[in-house]
Amino acid sequence: MKYVNTAVKKVDADALVQGKPVYTDDLAPKECLIIKLLRSPHAHAKIVDIDTKIAEKVPGVELILTCKNAPRHRFTSAGQTYPEWSPYDRVLCDDTMRYVGDVAAIVAADTEKHAEQACRLIKVTYEVLEPILDFETAKDNPIRVHDDDSFAKSPFHYAPERNLITSGREDFGDFDAEFAKCTHTVDCTYYTPAQQQCMMETFRSYAYMEYSGRLTLVSSTQVPFHARRHIATMLGIPYTKVRVIKPRIGGGFGAKQTSVSEFYPAAVTWLTGKPSKLIFTRQEAFACSNSRHQMRIRVRAGCDTEGNVTAISIESLSNTGAYGEHGSTVIGLVGHKTIPLYNKLKGGRFVWDVVYTNMESAAAFRGYGATQGTFALESTVNQLAEKAGIDAAELRLRNIAKEGAEVFMTHEIKYLNSSGLRGCITRGMELIGWNEKPHRQVMPDGKIRGMGMAICMQGSGIANVDTASVELRLEDFGFYTLMIGATDMGTGCDTIFAQMVADAMHCPMEKILVHGVDTDVSPYDPGSYASASTYVTGMAVVKACEHMTELILDEAAVRMNCPRETLSFDGASITAEDGTILSLDDLASALVAGPKTHQLVATASHGSPISPPPFMAGFAEIETDPETGKTDVIQMVGVVDCGTPINRALARVQTEGGLSQGIGFALFENVHYQTNGKMMTDNFMNYKIPTRMDTGEIIVDFSESYEPTGPYGAKSIGEVVINTPAPAIVQAVYEATGVRVTSLPITPEKILMGQK
Amino acid sequence: MYTIRQFLRPSNVEEAYQALTAARNNTVLGGCMWLRLGHRAIGTAIDLSGLNLDAITDTGDTIEIGAMVSLRQLETSELLQQQYGTLFRDAVSGIVGTQFRNTATVGGSVYGRFGFSDVLTALLALPAQVKLYRRGTISIEEFAAMPYEKDILESIILPKQIYAASYQHMRFQATDFPVLTCAVSCRDDVYRISVGARPQKACLAYHGSSPDAQRITDNLNFSSNMRASADYRRKICPVLIRRALKEVQVCR
Amino acid sequence: MQITIAINGKNYTRLVDPDTTLYTFVRDCGCYSVKCGCETTNCGLCTVWMDGTPVLSCSVLAARAAGHEITTLEGVLEESKQFTDFLAAEGAEQCGFCSPGFIMNVLAMKRELSNPTESEIQQYLSGNLCRCTGYAGQMRAIRKYMEVEA
Repeated sequence: MKYVNTAVKKVDADALVQGKPVYTDDLAPKECLIIKLLRSPHAHAKIVDIDTKIAEKVPGVELILTCKNAPRHRFTSAGQTYPEWSPYDRVLCDDTMRYVGDVAAIVAADTEKHAEQACRLIKVTYEVLEPILDFETAKDNPIRVHDDDSFAKSPFHYAPERNLITSGREDFGDFDAEFAKCTHTVDCTYYTPAQQQCMMETFRSYAYMEYSGRLTLVSSTQVPFHARRHIATMLGIPYTKVRVIKPRIGGGFGAKQTSVSEFYPAAVTWLTGKPSKLIFTRQEAFACSNSRHQMRIRVRAGCDTEGNVTAISIESLSNTGAYGEHGSTVIGLVGHKTIPLYNKLKGGRFVWDVVYTNMESAAAFRGYGATQGTFALESTVNQLAEKAGIDAAELRLRNIAKEGAEVFMTHEIKYLNSSGLRGCITRGMELIGWNEKPHRQVMPDGKIRGMGMAICMQGSGIANVDTASVELRLEDFGFYTLMIGATDMGTGCDTIFAQMVADAMHCPMEKILVHGVDTDVSPYDPGSYASASTYVTGMAVVKACEHMTELILDEAAVRMNCPRETLSFDGASITAEDGTILSLDDLASALVAGPKTHQLVATASHGSPISPPPFMAGFAEIETDPETGKTDVIQMVGVVDCGTPINRALARVQTEGGLSQGIGFALFENVHYQTNGKMMTDNFMNYKIPTRMDTGEIIVDFSESYEPTGPYGAKSIGEVVINTPAPAIVQAVYEATGVRVTSLPITPEKILMGQK
Repeated sequence: MYTIRQFLRPSNVEEAYQALTAARNNTVLGGCMWLRLGHRAIGTAIDLSGLNLDAITDTGDTIEIGAMVSLRQLETSELLQQQYGTLFRDAVSGIVGTQFRNTATVGGSVYGRFGFSDVLTALLALPAQVKLYRRGTISIEEFAAMPYEKDILESIILPKQIYAASYQHMRFQATDFPVLTCAVSCRDDVYRISVGARPQKACLAYHGSSPDAQRITDNLNFSSNMRASADYRRKICPVLIRRALKEVQVCR
Repeated sequence: MQITIAINGKNYTRLVDPDTTLYTFVRDCGCYSVKCGCETTNCGLCTVWMDGTPVLSCSVLAARAAGHEITTLEGVLEESKQFTDFLAAEGAEQCGFCSPGFIMNVLAMKRELSNPTESEIQQYLSGNLCRCTGYAGQMRAIRKYMEVEA
């Protein structure tokens, strides 16, 4: 192998670092109509009347859509594979406003100024209703967020009359009985805020009509094929009428697994025939798109004197905001990607409610529920370790599953094929000096250092749901084109697949072109999310390469006139037993000429019945100023088991980035609303993500395992890396100060005021 | 969204003042850093960059900081460092980023009298004066307490004397607005202590020779905003004052 | 109003509104490397040089930039390659959207500071946000670049 498990430069690196025009807004035609959205100032209101007469007179205004004239087909904007479980609770312009920022009108004009001017001149008469702004009061509240004909195919009890988009309960053994038997128990309730994804490129899309009367949308999306379905559904037109193209993307982190900006240019261009564009402001990206689900999680867990964790119960309440989106699927990971870490379980319970409120919708964000669940469960286990008098890392080592073990309380895997988690923990202990340094240390300047740790898991794609198709073509002169529908959003999947093809076809990477994504020409792929690209699409790539090798040998056998079994292919040429050689270049040229032409195209699809978990151990060392509560991260160590890291550089950077986002979640990223439901933290001035001065030293290593069902032994890495910092830092702060923070973020104020 | 109808770069201060007072929505441009945050319809935007106000000048017995001097100039000025130690460097180096400080101006920062202003806190710890075109030269304390009125802030004038000084601030994230700011200067055993971001704008909290951090704190009012509560601020205020005093004593 | 701004050594004369920003101006002149990531001066994506000094083009009025020399990444590709080869080798451009503004500030830092410490580097670049990388890979590339003879 030449490329897999090495640090290869990204195939798009040169274009990106030279600032080439490769992103959505760089590519949009200059003559695009500019779209602006008039948004509701009320968290809950009915539009009694909306008058656009004066606004229409603004020069350059081309179209204004409101609840009076917009298409009224129900849809969801969540990017979910079939079966779509998200409720169809949206229409393009509704007459009910469900959060501050809901769209009251869509204005398209020749310039931004004219569009904004027209927005200001639209007269909306609202009947202001009382909103639900506290998610703990939403369930069975007499105020209904959705009092309409929205519906869900979800099997999980969609009950909008109770403001519930889903609720449920799962049991493993008898939790109550097992919990009662435990020597040490902890019962603690945690709160996590609606963290914002904050990719640097906000939501943006432009649309134009093709000569054939089809709508083409170019969009910064993680889910081009889902976006095609969303748009066709929203407009009530056949899927064949819609084409979606994904250029380079300036980050997503899950935010772009939901269609956000896509609908508006699609509608404007479809109705006017003219190209149109919508760029979300940063304020809109914060307040009017989607975020992580705000949650309250109660965990009860217990262990015996040896530290065997035998009983875990997780009761979770999740706030999906104004629209259902990913609410019914995110919640599952709170329990399913946490409880299975503990393999001595005898009694488990997982209970959930997901509620509507009059706040910004939550949808997908890296970690997808596992982040919140990990914070709650790992914080609880750290408390259990203290009660049992067992070192926190040692307690994990006693409880985690070995390779081959049966795994409980997850639908996505029954037996553990691969796990490097033990190595993650032991290597992390070495790197941070877990056994050498005191876990609480007063420094000469009076500041206090503390250490803490946590473990976590995630999935690799969604079992029995995710799928991917790829197409590998042998082109004239012997190079390959790999057509994919997976969406590189900066994460480097285009590069990773090229590495896989190069190794499988025994050729240099320069001979491989990776193309993605254009729904007209790319093979179907749900997109890049759920940590699926490397594992699921990667396996499709491996299959396609195997198939391509067969095709090459078949054709060579015909042309060399000798039995196929006697031929060998080394990537550059095919050699017969008698030493006759046919170069791939010659074969490839011959295959595209004359009556015997036969371009070799290998297609492959892959879906997985399992979702093998990547694992991670995170260790934090922090320093708190006891006089002010100010806390700095000194070191954050993360050791990951992602199976085989296909690209060592990209896996490392992914991990560092995930840890940094996790540090933000732990220490800085706070969401505030005004009492009327307007978000206050709707810009980078007030919503603080870590700068390079805030992360401390980030140290990353890998504890490789080999996943037999993955490409080259790989599992996923995209999401697992965000989960450990919050519980590890909470524990480190506790060690240092004696203050246990159960509601994120850990502000200096919570620490100072909590100190005794 | 903001709009500007006319852009004017006057060649003298009188012309700038006339333009400023000619209409209610005319305004002087500072560094323009937060112009886009507002929803103002500006008539004439007056750019002072043609008035040679962008230098820190040693006039012999004073140091004059022009209104168009950038925060980055404050941060890197050797002249200021000779007189006041690292006071200004420490006050501005946490403000957003280098590019921001390259364009943000002292005039804009002082004229705005923002509650979170690090610059105002630092200046209040010195016997600084503000030179206004119409009103004339007044003390920084008087200026800070004054209601907003239309005038051209030309420069800040500092005594060219050596002060032991310290700047302390609490920021939760490195480049965020401060949750509390505190500056202390000392010369001839006389201390000037300013406290800002309470979150009310900075004020001269103490002027005398026997400062007591707790007593100074007790005389200040604090409020809550989304960054921190009044109680938290009240609790850390004496900590920051004590640390600044300690640093000043070491300087001396 | 009609103004002339020199961008990457070439004069561009355009009719602009008094409220047009330098960001809009340079993109209209084809400098697509310059990106916008916020409206609040916090992200650093729109960093260009004005007379050699890094500034946020989203918050400089085009009218005010008239008569000044503006440099964007397109104008310093040879110089930047010395750094970006290190950056790409680390995979630390990741999504790439913040890269041009970040690169412009790194180049300015190299010109301005000699032998900066780790914390001086972090301080100088603290106004360049990146959500993908956690900054560590960027720092590895910067350390290598700072050792390159100018």
